[in-house]
Amino acid sequence: MHQLENLYRQIIMDHYKNPRHKGLTDDKNYFTHHIKNPSCGDDITIQTRIENQTIKDVRHDGSGCSICCSSASVLASLMIGKDIDHAEKLTLNYLSMIMNRPFDEDLDLDDAMAYQGVKQFPARIKCATIAWKAFENTIKEWSESHE
Amino acid sequence: MDAHKLKLDFPILQNQPLIYLDTAASSLTPQCVIDTMNEYYTEYPVNVHRGVYQISYKATEKYTQARQTIADFINATFEETVFTRGASSALNLIATSYGLSHVQKDDEIIVSELEHHSHILPWQQVAKKTGAKLIYVPLNKEGRITVENFKRVLTDRTKVVALTYISNVMGYETPLQEIIPLAHQKGAIVSVDAAQAAPHKTIDVKKLNCDFLAFSGHKMFGPTGIGVLYGKQKLLDSIEPIEYGGDMNDNVELFDAVWKDTPYKFETGTPPIAEAIGLAEAVRYLQKLKPEAILAHEQKLKELAVKALLKLDGVTVYNPTSETGIINFNLDDVHPHDAVSFFDEDHIAMRAGHHCAQLIIKWLKVPATLRASFYAYNTEEDVKTFTDAVKKARDFFTSVGF
Repeated sequence: MHQLENLYRQIIMDHYKNPRHKGLTDDKNYFTHHIKNPSCGDDITIQTRIENQTIKDVRHDGSGCSICCSSASVLASLMIGKDIDHAEKLTLNYLSMIMNRPFDEDLDLDDAMAYQGVKQFPARIKCATIAWKAFENTIKEWSESHE
Repeated sequence: MDAHKLKLDFPILQNQPLIYLDTAASSLTPQCVIDTMNEYYTEYPVNVHRGVYQISYKATEKYTQARQTIADFINATFEETVFTRGASSALNLIATSYGLSHVQKDDEIIVSELEHHSHILPWQQVAKKTGAKLIYVPLNKEGRITVENFKRVLTDRTKVVALTYISNVMGYETPLQEIIPLAHQKGAIVSVDAAQAAPHKTIDVKKLNCDFLAFSGHKMFGPTGIGVLYGKQKLLDSIEPIEYGGDMNDNVELFDAVWKDTPYKFETGTPPIAEAIGLAEAVRYLQKLKPEAILAHEQKLKELAVKALLKLDGVTVYNPTSETGIINFNLDDVHPHDAVSFFDEDHIAMRAGHHCAQLIIKWLKVPATLRASFYAYNTEEDVKTFTDAVKKARDFFTSVGF
């Protein structure tokens, strides 16, 4: 069996084909972070609205491979409604999981667990992390403005 | 040419499964080039042009002979053959030195959407800094530069024509032999990016009559970190270096200095000595195989592959008529970065993305593409493995829901 079957899990394909929370807004209350990988063309924008320490909404748009685009949809679905400190923990945990570093398996990453297989494909780590890094930058920006 | 036997010359192709289809990015290195560079590092690993002791003399001699070998390879003189870090720095040198001192406001620089970023961005900068205009040759339906379309953009204001010899994405050859005299009639100079030509074409700069030409070592069996700038002697004599320092000067005073003659005035610092000697060995290896024979072999493999790909549904080939070993294609509705992971699993190495040529990818109106490129060491079995993998990949991605 091709190893790739471990990568293209149903959850991932579902988010790729039917992305949730897709499309950007002009609303100035959203933080906007954009990351581009010029070598492969992946290009993702993540918009986040944070109120009272809570992630109220996450939007995304861009172009890229299935792993890249679906992970933005999964990210948005997971983060909406989360407390910002918890959202930060989830983000760092996800990034550790993808990069094959120790991570807390008890922290509920929900659909994002489907990306565990990515670590077997080091060349694809960038694809699976672009959206999450953009979100991580959002949290950093928010934290700096609330110090 | 016996590609099966040739494979034995490449250590990377021994002891591991590898179908290498990314020569357009970098070719593999034969043992003789590795040995030649090892010989430098083990037997005379010292600087050139400075020491008067024996091994320094040997290093200088080998380095000097290397330049002559490479000059002969393109039918240039020793003085016209400048070593650079690669084709990119050679092309930058032309634009920065010649371009900024000769191009003025409202002059026209003809380029094309087939150019690699290293041949478009330097001239884009010259245009921005001088107020000159970048003019794009309209590509024909296939994405080729034609003489007719070139004539349509050539004017009395054209000062520079900067075109690729062979496109690194589409594999098309530009009709330079006809374009260059037309440019000269208007008084324009012609800069040629030959990075994809040098690996499998006999380049004769005198016959071509180009003004500048650049290529890289690592795409033609040679090492990374070295490239060549060819320039006509009178042009190289008339332009200024863009880097200053040791070895490039003749006399240094408090407030002025005098440069050496070309090629040395463009080569400050300790040169890539092992790389130059390695590149000369790569040239000898290439000449032994005969560039024309390599090209014919590549083309045969490419045509076999294209024929097989065109029979498959759900596969689009963007350059079926190209005259070199490059295939630019996509699996329909599958992002190339998804596809390339499948090929990697089958030990097939090829490129996915923009290939450092975003303009042609935009011209094709796709987000990115897959590129397979064949070279001397590829075999018909490689083609079969590749085309079978394309079919399997297409079936796989369909099965998981693409």
